[in-house]
Amino acid sequence: MSMATATVQPVEREDYLNKHYGVGSWLLTTDHKRIALLYLISITFFFFVGGFFALLMRLELLTPAGDLVQADTYNKLFSMHGMVMVFFFLIPSIPAVLGNFLVPMMIGAKDLAFPKINLLSWYLYIIGGVMMTHCILTGGVDTGWTFYTPFSTAFSNSKVIEAGLAIFINGFSSILTGLNFVVTIHRMRAPGMTWSRLPLFIWAHYATSIIQILGTPVVAITLVLVVAERALHLGIFDPKLGGDPLLFQHLFWFYSHPAVYIMILPSMGVVTEVIACFSRKRIFGYHFVAMSSVAIAVFGFLVWAHHMFVAGISVYAALVFSLLSYSVAVPSAVKVFNWTATLYKGSIHYDAPMLYAFGFLGLFTIGGLTGLFLAALGVDVHVTDTYFVIAHFHYIMVGGALMGYLGGLHFWWPKISGRLYPEGWARLAALIVFIGFNLTFFPQFVLGYLGMPRRYYDYSHMPEFQVLNVLSTAGSTILGIGYLLPMIYFLWSMRYGKPAPDNPWNAAGLEWQTQSPPTTFNFVEEPVVTWEAYNYDEIDAGHKQEAPVVG
Amino acid sequence: MAAHAESHNPALLHHFATEEQQRNSASFGMWIFLATEVMFFGGLFCAYLIYRRLYFGDFAAASKSIDALLGGTNTAVLICSSLTVVLAVWAAATARRTLLLSSLVVTMLLGCVFLGIKAKEYKDKFDEHHVPGATFSFEHEQVPNAPEGVYANPRHAEIFFALYFIMTGLHALHMIIGLGIFAWLLIMAWRGRFTPEYHTPIEIGGLYWHFVDIVWIYLFPLLYLIDRHA
Repeated sequence: MSMATATVQPVEREDYLNKHYGVGSWLLTTDHKRIALLYLISITFFFFVGGFFALLMRLELLTPAGDLVQADTYNKLFSMHGMVMVFFFLIPSIPAVLGNFLVPMMIGAKDLAFPKINLLSWYLYIIGGVMMTHCILTGGVDTGWTFYTPFSTAFSNSKVIEAGLAIFINGFSSILTGLNFVVTIHRMRAPGMTWSRLPLFIWAHYATSIIQILGTPVVAITLVLVVAERALHLGIFDPKLGGDPLLFQHLFWFYSHPAVYIMILPSMGVVTEVIACFSRKRIFGYHFVAMSSVAIAVFGFLVWAHHMFVAGISVYAALVFSLLSYSVAVPSAVKVFNWTATLYKGSIHYDAPMLYAFGFLGLFTIGGLTGLFLAALGVDVHVTDTYFVIAHFHYIMVGGALMGYLGGLHFWWPKISGRLYPEGWARLAALIVFIGFNLTFFPQFVLGYLGMPRRYYDYSHMPEFQVLNVLSTAGSTILGIGYLLPMIYFLWSMRYGKPAPDNPWNAAGLEWQTQSPPTTFNFVEEPVVTWEAYNYDEIDAGHKQEAPVVG
Repeated sequence: MAAHAESHNPALLHHFATEEQQRNSASFGMWIFLATEVMFFGGLFCAYLIYRRLYFGDFAAASKSIDALLGGTNTAVLICSSLTVVLAVWAAATARRTLLLSSLVVTMLLGCVFLGIKAKEYKDKFDEHHVPGATFSFEHEQVPNAPEGVYANPRHAEIFFALYFIMTGLHALHMIIGLGIFAWLLIMAWRGRFTPEYHTPIEIGGLYWHFVDIVWIYLFPLLYLIDRHA
């Protein structure tokens, strides 16, 4: 049949991936979807770098004696693990990859408001990343990811200046992403896309952007002061020269506590989308979930000194910050209860993204509740600088933020790549991640409560901690496999995966109404929105007669 | 069809539906950027205020050693430059080409005057060994409004000068970036790119310039005028 004319060929649909070819078309692209993929590749690299450091640390702690690495090396391992994971993986993870890809599409726009600034932010990330990599390869840094003064400015014998500048530059990447999102969400929504019709993923990113815009500049100037103090021997934070190290901690945590919400809020946005889709229900309490994101962003700015309860702040300040820290639990709980209520009487499907969402729900709740232990002054003093703290924030950052990131990557992978990932492998990986994660970090709660301090490479004076440490190390290898699997089958699916239909999950949301993968400008015609978000009852009403829903 | 739709305004980027949307986005983006700048300088102001409260007498003595007349002149220079920026925006909006070009030039000249005076102040500080570091010296400097013979603590004065150089240095860096922006605006204006319908770059460049001026309006009294009433 196709012989009829010579020009007829099996034509591929044009999309953002195949429209242009060549390295230049990627490195100079202003398409938000391509920039998202650039970010995906770069942050995956740093994720495995940071993960490598973590595995080395776990290996060292397998035995009580300090036998695998020297003390100095261990200090560098946990410092660079923290810096790489926080600044070069977690903070850009969901916003710069999934947010970049989805924010314009979800609101019906052709691109972000400032496409060139979007590309600039990736280049800033890369410049910071190259500096960080250079710093790692030429000796690294040993201050902990927190750069506490005066150690970082007067005593440390490692590459503090380079690491500080790398994070300073990388910070502007984060600021510009946030700026782009806020302007895009305000000014680029399609006709009919009112604020109360926005997907909650957008609300979560809006709240995240506020923190990126208002918090990141403060850590930037703080790092400028640290670098200046170290390079020029100033005394701004050095008590020997009349400076105040507490001031550094205040300035640092003013950003770095809200930074936790930069990591967790977008993940909450992902989970909201996934839970609504795989329960086939409108999200319960839409406005409460939306406003709780904003509330977390606002309250998040008022709690930073709970990192400093033992640092010598006044008891009255500690009292107030303890109370305010509790207040963050309220919007967080609002979200958890609304997700649970959405599940109630939903027709639940156990696809891989949903498994990650379930994992998120449980792990985030544990992480959040142990956060309340730490907000309580008495308990905090007992467990400060122990593995209890390590376990707590890994339940939030890994169990929460990373689970959400992986769930979202699976959920939107058909849209991003135009291919289906192998569902069976994906469910297996989700299970492995969940088991590996709990095996790694739950023993650390116990360890911390029993008194094992963080940042020790040698615990030979307390050999009774070995069993729990062995469990944790074993878990970390399982977790490592759980993270390798998705990378392997995602890569595999790009070539061998089944072509994805435009809307494989039968999901609500404008991003599913374009083709998979989308064209460069996302929509053939500008969409006009006449429906509420998560109108799953309307979507499913048309399919009732086709087949009963199977879990 | 598509060619026709794109033909009316080359300045309208493809992903915006209307020129108004593009203009609103650009100026909104600049306002948000300025919010980040407020937080950026905010960290410094916070550090400054804490040490000023802790070491008030030492800060006052150190402040007295910098030339308030030069600082005051610079304040006047910057306020004048804000006026010429406003004139430039108005000239662009009302298609007055000569006024637009001359306002941009005068703005840049005033910016250069500011930086020149700043350089003179820095040089004085170098000559007086008031630059923090190995050669720093601030011995036997009387604390203003204190009994005779009460001298400032050099370590604390050094913190003042560290903050002075970082704050005014970052401000000067913003001025230099502003000069770059205005040089670009001048070239665009020379080529006739701006019309009453499209002069967003002048507006948002102007916003940036005003912001940098306002930072100085706060820096000047905080750094130059501590305890000068007597």
